[in-house]
This record gives sequence, C-alpha cells and structure tokens, in this order.
Amino acid sequence: MVPLIEDFAKKAALEAQEYVRLVRAAVIGVFTSPRYGHDIVEQFDVIGVGSLTVVLLTGFFTGAALALQSGLTLDQFGGRAVVGRLISASMIKELGPVLTALMLTGRVGSGIAAELGSMVVTDQINALRVLGTDPIRKLVVPRLLAGFLMAPVLTIISDFVGILGGWLVAVYQLQISSGIYWSSVTQALYPQDVWMGIIKPFVLGFVIVTTACHVGLRTTGGTKGVGEATTVAVVTGSVAVIAMDFFVTKILIAAMY
Amino acid sequence: MDTQATQTVEEILSERGAPVVMFDQVELAFDEKVVLKNISFTLISGHTKIILGASGSGKSTILKIITGLLRADKGVIWVNGERVDQLSEKAMMAVRADLGMIFQEGALFDSLTVRENVGYKLYEESAMPIAEADKRVEEVLGWVGLGEYIDRMPSELSGGQRRRVSIARAMAFKPRILLYDEATTGLDPITATTVDEEIIKLRDLEHVSSIVVTHQLRDAFYVATHMAVRTDAGVVTIVPATPEKEREAEFIMIQDGVIVFEGDADALRQSKDPYILTFLS
Repeated sequence: MVPLIEDFAKKAALEAQEYVRLVRAAVIGVFTSPRYGHDIVEQFDVIGVGSLTVVLLTGFFTGAALALQSGLTLDQFGGRAVVGRLISASMIKELGPVLTALMLTGRVGSGIAAELGSMVVTDQINALRVLGTDPIRKLVVPRLLAGFLMAPVLTIISDFVGILGGWLVAVYQLQISSGIYWSSVTQALYPQDVWMGIIKPFVLGFVIVTTACHVGLRTTGGTKGVGEATTVAVVTGSVAVIAMDFFVTKILIAAMY
Repeated sequence: MDTQATQTVEEILSERGAPVVMFDQVELAFDEKVVLKNISFTLISGHTKIILGASGSGKSTILKIITGLLRADKGVIWVNGERVDQLSEKAMMAVRADLGMIFQEGALFDSLTVRENVGYKLYEESAMPIAEADKRVEEVLGWVGLGEYIDRMPSELSGGQRRRVSIARAMAFKPRILLYDEATTGLDPITATTVDEEIIKLRDLEHVSSIVVTHQLRDAFYVATHMAVRTDAGVVTIVPATPEKEREAEFIMIQDGVIVFEGDADALRQSKDPYILTFLS
C-alpha cells in the first residue's frame, strides 16, 4: 500500500513540476521574442471565432431555462417581476464564466490535447526542435494568448445572450413587460459583480489552455495515448475550472466586497 | 565568442578527414534499463556512418542524443566542434542549424503543404526573403523528384513520397550533417532504392556527412557500395563505388546498447561473430 501511495505522490509531484515548468516557459514566451504572429492570429480565430456558436447556444438556453425556473420559485413570493435581477446576477457572476469555460474545455481543451498529442507521437514536436523551433513558443504561446484573451470576450457574449434568452422567456412565458425586465436586470448589478464576471474568465481561460497543452505535450503510447490525453485534458480541465472558480470567487469576494 | 577561434574551428571542420561527430564513452539508461553503454565512434566529414541493429537496440537513441532531443547520462559528445552533451536547449539551437534529421515515417507537419514543410526553416526561422526561400524549396523538391507535388498536403502523398519530402525538408537549409532514422523502413524495395539514391547523391554531390540508422541490410549495403557521379552532360548516375569510396562508409552494429562491430562493408561481410552472422543471414 505504502509503495503505491509513494508512487502516486511521485507521479503527482512530477506532473505538477512539469506543469509549472511549461507555464513558466510559456509566460516568458509571451513577453520575449521570437513570436509567431500568424500562429497567434490563427489561434484567435480557432479558439475565439470557432467557439462562438457553442457559447451562443449555451448562454442563450441557460438564460432561458434560468428564467423559467426562477419564475416558478419567485411566483411563490410574488416576486416574478424581479426575475431579470436574478438572471443578470447569476449569469454575469457565475454561470456565464463557468459554463463558457466548461464549453471551452470540451471544445478547445480536447482539440489542443489531441493536436499536440498527435504531434508528439508522430515525432512532429521533435522535428520542430531539430528545425530550430521552440515548440512552446510556436504551439503553446499562441494558444495561451488566444485562450487567455478570448475567454473573457466569449463570456461577455454568453452573458448577453443569456440575459436575452431570459428576456424572451420573461416576456412571452412569464408575461413580464420588457421595461420591467431590463430595469430589473440593471438594478441588481454592482460594479463588483461586473468585475468578477470579467476577471474570472481570464483565469479560467489560462487554466484550460495550459492544462490541455501540458497534457497534450506529455502524450505517450501512440494513437491510444492521444485518445487518453484528450479524455484527461477534458476531465482535468473541467475539474480545474470548477475548483478555480471557487478559489477565484473567494479571493474576489474578500478583495472587492 | 572569439571570432578568430570560431574561424579556426570552421577551417578545421572544412578540411577533408575532419571529425564532425564524436561520441566518447556515451551511456544512457532509463531507470533500470540500459539503452546505450560505452558508445564511442567518430563520423568523418563527407563520410557515412551506418548504424545497424535490431529494433530497440538503441540506434535511434544515438541520433536523438546528437540532436539534443535526449541527454546522455555519461560521456562526451562533439558535433561540429561544439561539445553538446551539456548544452542548454537554447544553445543547442545553434548546433541544430547545421544538422538535418529525417525521422522514421517522415514526421511531416500535417497542417502544412509540401512547400511549407520543405521550406519550414527558411520561412519561419531565417531572414531569407520569401522569393529566395520559394526558389530553394522548388530546387530541393526538384532534386528529390517531387516538384509537381509542391502544393499537396502530406496526407495526399505515398509513404515513399513522404520520406523524400522529409529529406527535402532536412536538406533545404543546406546542413553539413544529415541523420537518417530508419528512412526506408516500411517502404517497398523500389521506393526504398529511390530514398537510398537520395542519400548517396547528397553525400557524394553535396558533400554532406551522414549517419544512417537502419535495420534494412539491403539498403545499408546499397548506400555503402554505390556512389553518385555527375557526367559532363550534367546527368547524375548511381554507379558501384570504387574501393576507396566504399571505405568511406563505415558500419556500426549495436546489440542491446553496446557496439559489437565497427568496420567497412567487407569487414562486416567477413565477420564471424554469431550475432552478426544471424543478423546478416
């Protein structure tokens, strides 16, 4: 039993050490030359524009479902009119950042792990190194920049369409007037809430991309290993998103409220 | 760095018979498994070193150590006058500027066209103007006979074509040392011969020093016993090598990470070592 625990602890420590090493090299790569401009632009397109549809659909239906559910609950207290307040607070502070991050983990994290994993098992990463390219600068830095900067943009879009979905349900299902809904949406929002909703996705985007890159670049075992790396990237990324959301929320509440 | 000293090293390396790669008592183990033990050899400028051995004997590991993809546990390694066994990844980049490697299966970049693959180093890692890089890419693709495939994707190529594109990619930036890792494995004999002929042409016409790792005896002996000549009309032909030329191809046989034979093709054929006899039979 003890050797098993020892072995697990060693592996965990090694993974943590390699992750920190990758993050350090990637952050240095962001601020120093050489940079691969067209790869950065390409990743903004793949991660940002490419994730737009899934984020729009997720945000819209989450906001709509939230309006339906909260409408029922608020009716018990005669508070149907304040449904907009509940939706805006929930979407902006919590659901928008977390659901967008989870969608990005599924779509972007799995894609990164599969792509980098395939490159590892087919020696393309080694070929890059022999050709004089640092794989971290060429592959990780563009993805890190795109994930870090596009996650907040996508989250804001998700928040907006979520509130829009809530509005449609509020007006056509709950029979609340548009004016009441929109004034309720803005009434409950404090600047701290908006800051929380904007700061969180930066952290979550960073975590998703660095986790996926780490898992992808440490792929072993041929095509089977690529499949496993993809699964590990999604599972680890999703758990990391939920856990980081808790810690960031705790820190921000302590700092801002 | 002292400019005068660098020039001296350059001068020494450009001389005939200069050692371009040197292994001195190199050892490597992964946990308990010994991969290389006490490996020593020298590659002379313009010569070919053919490393033979069964799968898993450690021969590809030697190429990975030369290129700095793996670090040896013990021993000293010199590449082009630079001691590389303790170089950082960043410092190793300068050494790699004069090293080309052809990977098993080609290792072409799936998302790039043949042109972008072949010219990768020129487009991405050099200040060469695009028009000049394009010209060089077309030139090397013409050299390996794949000029018309320039805009294809790697997935549209056959196995042999992928290896030849890989050779074109490795030679595009004119390195003085080329490393071939099982360049003909998995290819039919006719396609393998075309790859062998590229290796011979690069050695004899471009004066590239090469290390060929393979377990394909037929290809190893073909490379060792043939030479490329250019006729007065400019036509390149592959002919049987002269005895002097044949001696420029040296064989190394590796068994479980240990060198069990070192010598030319004739000496290998005449060896009475049981393992070598089994390997050659």
